[in-house]
Amino acid sequence: MEFPEEYRYTEEHEWVLVEDQLVTVGISDFAQDALGDVVFVELPEVGTLLEAGKPFGVVESVKAVSDVYAPVSGEVIEVNEELPDAPETINTSPYEDGWMIKIKISDAAELDDLMDADAYQAFIEEEA
Amino acid sequence: MRVKKTPLNEEHRKLGGRMVEFGGWEMPVQYTGVIEEHLAVRNAAGLFDVSHMGEIEVRGGGGLAFIQELTINDASLLVNGQVQYSALCYPHGGVVDDVTLYRFDGDHYLFCVNAANTDKDFAWMEAALEDGGFADVQLRNRSDDFAQLALQGPASEAILTRLTNTDLKKIPYYHFYEGLVAEVPVIISRTGYTGEDGFELYFAPDCAETLWKALLETGAGDGLLPIGLGARDTLRLEMKYALYGHELSEEISPLEGGLGWITKLEKASFIGREALRRQKEEGVPRRLVALTLTEPGVPRADYPVYEGERRVGVVTSGTLSPSLRVGIALALVEPDCAVIGTPLQIGIRSRTVAAVVVKPPFVRK
Repeated sequence: MEFPEEYRYTEEHEWVLVEDQLVTVGISDFAQDALGDVVFVELPEVGTLLEAGKPFGVVESVKAVSDVYAPVSGEVIEVNEELPDAPETINTSPYEDGWMIKIKISDAAELDDLMDADAYQAFIEEEA
Repeated sequence: MRVKKTPLNEEHRKLGGRMVEFGGWEMPVQYTGVIEEHLAVRNAAGLFDVSHMGEIEVRGGGGLAFIQELTINDASLLVNGQVQYSALCYPHGGVVDDVTLYRFDGDHYLFCVNAANTDKDFAWMEAALEDGGFADVQLRNRSDDFAQLALQGPASEAILTRLTNTDLKKIPYYHFYEGLVAEVPVIISRTGYTGEDGFELYFAPDCAETLWKALLETGAGDGLLPIGLGARDTLRLEMKYALYGHELSEEISPLEGGLGWITKLEKASFIGREALRRQKEEGVPRRLVALTLTEPGVPRADYPVYEGERRVGVVTSGTLSPSLRVGIALALVEPDCAVIGTPLQIGIRSRTVAAVVVKPPFVRK
């Protein structure tokens, strides 16, 4: 299982990649593995205002429905349009092609609440 | 309640099975993935550990009369070596369990029942035995004496043939034979719950590892995979086969749940007959239908079903069909909405998704 060093992670198993005031969001390798075959993805529209900790989308496997939570507050400025037609991309490339949305962050201080790769791995081991 | 383990628990873990609690048992939900496992059963073969299922034996000359009172199907139609799908009902017509019934001879029958219902079913049968005053009937819960494997899929017969001298071609669908598989005494039953050709094997629990390994090894070249509960559910759903707790329950009668074809109201007597006869005369309040989504989405159990603004029913089981790649559902709806071709909508979170009533099964062989 992979946990790229340059990403940050939430307790709800989203990942965040920060580039200036822009953050890209997806779900972690651990999350996609736990879900199993992803068959459906629901994403917000561009322009939606998100609040940290609130659901912004849905990922469904054959067996289960899972909400995906906004890691930070801000405005959705881009969504991965290809994902609804190829939801299995979340299984095959959770950190790259399986990205879900890009958020223009409204409060950079919220990033401090996120875990780095080591802390996230420790968190998962503790939960298991 | 302590969670029970089948004799193959360690084998499932070795194969990477993801273990979950199901009906009081720790079972693998998947190994490599639900879709891959599902398609293996449709296209080649799959091996399921179904040792959690319960077995209840009826012996004695009064056995048939007792079974006739207990079940909604007509057990008198069975010949030796034949299996019948049936159900047990409460007096009010709700379902205690759906079962398969094996006739060894006129004095010896075996029920195979759902894992979670085994103790309830046995108590129900014991009470019926006492109330009915049946002479010469011995009832035994033999669930601990049997492990069970299901080998399902088009390659099943070819795979099993390599491990047995029994001529499998002589076992018709819903019949069984007692023979040896990998030198182990086995009840070889040509049954299953996937819609595919296949076998269910009953044998002593201490032989489970031997049979599991022998089957996986000899079938590897045919594409045989171990299959978890996840694909077991999607496979039965594609065939519109009922699952207790979803399409059948204490609150759902067999007439509502799509088991009219095994409800033999012409039988002189059985528990629940009067209620079911009345329901049939007055018309069932809701009917089980097969729905295919005509828009993207994944229906799930308990989602509401609408016809326009009117709420007309509820989804009992739903998934994304691994064979068809569209959302499919079974739903209990008002009878006027049960006609094939009726457009309905399923409430999925904050939106409604278009669906249509289709003729089952979803997948045709």
